[in-house]
Amino acid sequence: MNNRGISWLIGGAQGTGIERGASIFFTAIAMAGYYVFGKREYHSNIMGEHSYYYVRFDSKPVYSHIEKYNILASYDAETIFRHSLEGLPGSAIIYDTGYLNVKTKDVPTLDKRVREDIHGRFNNNFVSISDIIEEAKSYGIKSFPINYKEILNKVALKTGEKLSELTRMNNVIAVSASLAILKFDLAILKKAIDRVFKGRKVVVKLNSLVAEETYEMVNSLGYINEFNIKISPIENKSKRLLINGNQAIALGKLVGGCRFQTYYPITPATDESAYLEEHEILDVENYDPVKSEREILKGAGSIVVVETEDEIAAITMALGASLAGARASTSTSGPGFSLMVEGLGFAGMNEIPVVITHYQRGGPSTGMPTRTEQGDLRFVLHASHGEFPRIVIASGDISECFYDAIRCFNYAEKYQLPVIHLVDRFLAHSVETIEPFDIKSVRIDRGIIFDENDLKKLKEGGEKYKRFIFNSTGISPRIFLGTKNAVFWITGDEHDELGHITEDPVIRDKMMEKRMKKIEIAEREIPLEEKVNHFFPSYNSDLTIVSWGSTKGVILDLIDELSKEGYKIEFLQIRLMSPFPSNYVEKVLFNKKWICVENNYSGQLAGLIREKTGLKPNNLIVKYNGRPISLDEIYIAVKSILEGKSSYKVVLRGGA
Amino acid sequence: MELKLTDYRTEVHVNWCPGCGDYGILSSIQQALFELKLDPSNVAIFSGIGCSAKTPHYINAYGVHTLHGRALPYAIGAKLANPELTVLVILGDGDGLGIGAGHFVNAGRRNVDLTVILYDNGVYGLTKGQASPTLKLGLKTKSLPKPNINQAINPILLAFASGYTFIARGYAYDVPYLKYLIKEAINHKGSALVHVLQPCPVYNDINTKEWYTPRLYKLEQEGYECIITNETTEEEYLRKISLMIQKANEWGNRIPLGIFYRDLRYTTYEERIEARIPSYRLNPPAKQKISDPFGKPITYIDKILEEFLI
Ligand SMILES: Cc1ncc(C[n+]2csc(CCOP(=O)(O)OP(=O)(O)O)c2C)c(N)n1
Ligand code: SF4
Ligand SMILES: [Mg+2]
Repeated sequence: MNNRGISWLIGGAQGTGIERGASIFFTAIAMAGYYVFGKREYHSNIMGEHSYYYVRFDSKPVYSHIEKYNILASYDAETIFRHSLEGLPGSAIIYDTGYLNVKTKDVPTLDKRVREDIHGRFNNNFVSISDIIEEAKSYGIKSFPINYKEILNKVALKTGEKLSELTRMNNVIAVSASLAILKFDLAILKKAIDRVFKGRKVVVKLNSLVAEETYEMVNSLGYINEFNIKISPIENKSKRLLINGNQAIALGKLVGGCRFQTYYPITPATDESAYLEEHEILDVENYDPVKSEREILKGAGSIVVVETEDEIAAITMALGASLAGARASTSTSGPGFSLMVEGLGFAGMNEIPVVITHYQRGGPSTGMPTRTEQGDLRFVLHASHGEFPRIVIASGDISECFYDAIRCFNYAEKYQLPVIHLVDRFLAHSVETIEPFDIKSVRIDRGIIFDENDLKKLKEGGEKYKRFIFNSTGISPRIFLGTKNAVFWITGDEHDELGHITEDPVIRDKMMEKRMKKIEIAEREIPLEEKVNHFFPSYNSDLTIVSWGSTKGVILDLIDELSKEGYKIEFLQIRLMSPFPSNYVEKVLFNKKWICVENNYSGQLAGLIREKTGLKPNNLIVKYNGRPISLDEIYIAVKSILEGKSSYKVVLRGGA
Repeated sequence: MELKLTDYRTEVHVNWCPGCGDYGILSSIQQALFELKLDPSNVAIFSGIGCSAKTPHYINAYGVHTLHGRALPYAIGAKLANPELTVLVILGDGDGLGIGAGHFVNAGRRNVDLTVILYDNGVYGLTKGQASPTLKLGLKTKSLPKPNINQAINPILLAFASGYTFIARGYAYDVPYLKYLIKEAINHKGSALVHVLQPCPVYNDINTKEWYTPRLYKLEQEGYECIITNETTEEEYLRKISLMIQKANEWGNRIPLGIFYRDLRYTTYEERIEARIPSYRLNPPAKQKISDPFGKPITYIDKILEEFLI
């Protein structure tokens, strides 16, 4: 295995099983004991447009992708046109011989820019697949032509299935051929097929047969020994989770006690809500203090998931549920968050706990719905008129997605304010093998809540419950709608302690200060490890990289490579965006050579740091073409910064 | 302890204009709650923004004065999280049928068990009398610079088309009758609309008390009744519905009040959730325990995690 692990890419038209094929591949690899990282790139389209799935794996953890492949698994012409020249020397292209004569003009989904690039490269407007393959060969890329139809014919003969029905398994041929040239254990591949198709017998059998026939074909063509990389299983002591960001957040919400989720469909947030709805019935552990035993109560809990008429309803409905006492949240992306802003302000004004999971995607406006970006940091920090406290936390990887999802509810209820969990398209749809969640370490803190007995005592003492009572912390005890022995009022207008409308200047000041005080308390109480991840702290590093969110992975991979070259790199990943850990950031960055890396145009975090600390980075690395940052491009960028050859702002432009 | 009518009032100064129809609606709601003997602590009243939306502050019950047009989704969220609550939703005509029309329509699809009270004064009261979605085409109320250029929405028919399963109309100055309608609406299982004709003496100088009084009559006095059940035949249904539509469109020398429509065929949203989640009523979202006494989460996801373990 080379030092950047193995990169594999499968491409095809949207709706033809790219994701399924990739799942089989990375599941098999993970089953063989490897760490995998997978990312999906697709158009905002249901059928037909080009889509691809990238997987990198290694015997050590992998967190990012590179722009080049070791194996390109294709089953259509477009994938070859688009990707075949991105191979590393000695890499492999697997393709269907049926496409050899296809020309660029035969592929309508090949957009103009890409087509012209290809024509320009060949100085010819009639480039065919065989031309491209020849060109690739001249770069030292090996080609592995396979007659897909022949394989399917054999399967058809053996099973009596119609050939036309079998063509949808071309993806499995591409996957199986990839594994076959790696000398990968067929038995593990079959296990992976079983797992991906969830044991659906007929489908599993058919797909396994395709895998077998493909292995045979690869064997008979003598390809088995032609590829220089071989993969054999490695022993793992403990199991890992193979999971994506949407799923990790959904699971975090369940564990964190979220019992009401609203959503209006939007890429890339919807999968989370769909997953929650699929798991709406929950098992709960009951602890018997007498026997000091735990028992599982099957189906005793639930989460209600509501698809609303729009995002305004999504947030306001979640607020209603929160007022009634449920931990409530909603998930969305930029366009939806834009609509939620009014509700966000209401939550701030009325100190209602609510969690908004915000999956950033390419903006502005509809932007690039299926592509990633970190363009909404400033937006979520400032959204809404007026001033009120909010907590914003940005997760850097899939594990953080899980734990942060839980934390968000604690913050929201403890400090009685809206919490925005900031993630992005890249995290949502990337798959990784991660360590199992340490659920035992998690705690739930619902803050100060009065129940009917507390209220009875209050009443008996001749006192009235006041929802917004002034006290030293600014945090007034909450009660839920329907709690006996009291009532409350709330209003989006400025209000008195009882929750009735007021425009009195004295009360206004006190109420404003009460609300804002909570964020100071949060800033004091939230532990440093929840605010930042500070990797390799040092007083004499060659460079300090500052970043936030999903760029974490590629930066860690980068530091790993650079440290092997003797560089000393420090990494400050900022997680809590509001309240901002200004003091700590200032302490770390003062007098250092530091750069900021972000998946946006303007360097929003760099601006925020400047605002909070007065410090300015030495360099800014940004990327805004809708694609995540790759290891190879950031390596080149940071290397040239280290060598003092870089301009202030570096724009990364990689990605297909 | 026996509840008194005064137990449903608050000390907050009521700041509607003198003669405003809202006073009558407020009294009707308070009397309805009193007569139904509802514990104020189990009643949640939601409103949007407008003169009408101030109502919750004047009622001793949980009062949630929300955003312009958004009272319904707040109310639905609360009701679904705690289905034991009695939920009332106060909408202005601009609030509910203008800015909040999407929520008004979509609430009908769900048939959550709640009561919507729509204050129809034909104007945007709180912003000084602009035309509301219920003002008829060509009318020029006091503060309009030009006659109204839009046609009017018919709230009864919109509610019917949207799926509300109880639709009634009352009049702000006829408190006993409005109280009766609100009680019926609260007792109805599902989404109920009470459309209230509400004079705004300050900005609507057309649909005044003097204008309404000679025109209003009660549907039941004419023997009208429209109840749809699973037993209703297709033929009967069509006959009843066409009469209902005729009555809903009646707006001239005669204007009907009363219960236009009751549909007993549909389950509530809560029942639909319960059909999917058997423990829902017993242990609704707002009532669920989510951690043990030590703060450890109690949601058990080991089974779910198997799908991901590799
Ligand atoms: C989002 C938003 N836009 C505009 C306003 C200003 N506004 C306040 S009340 C109101 C109209 C209320 O009219 P209606 O719903 O008919 O209630 P009424 O006052 O007549 O009872 C408007 C437009 C607002 N509060 N919020
Ligand atoms: S403006 Fe009209 S609706 Fe508003 S309080 Fe005055 S009379 Fe009533
Ligand atoms: Mg009005």
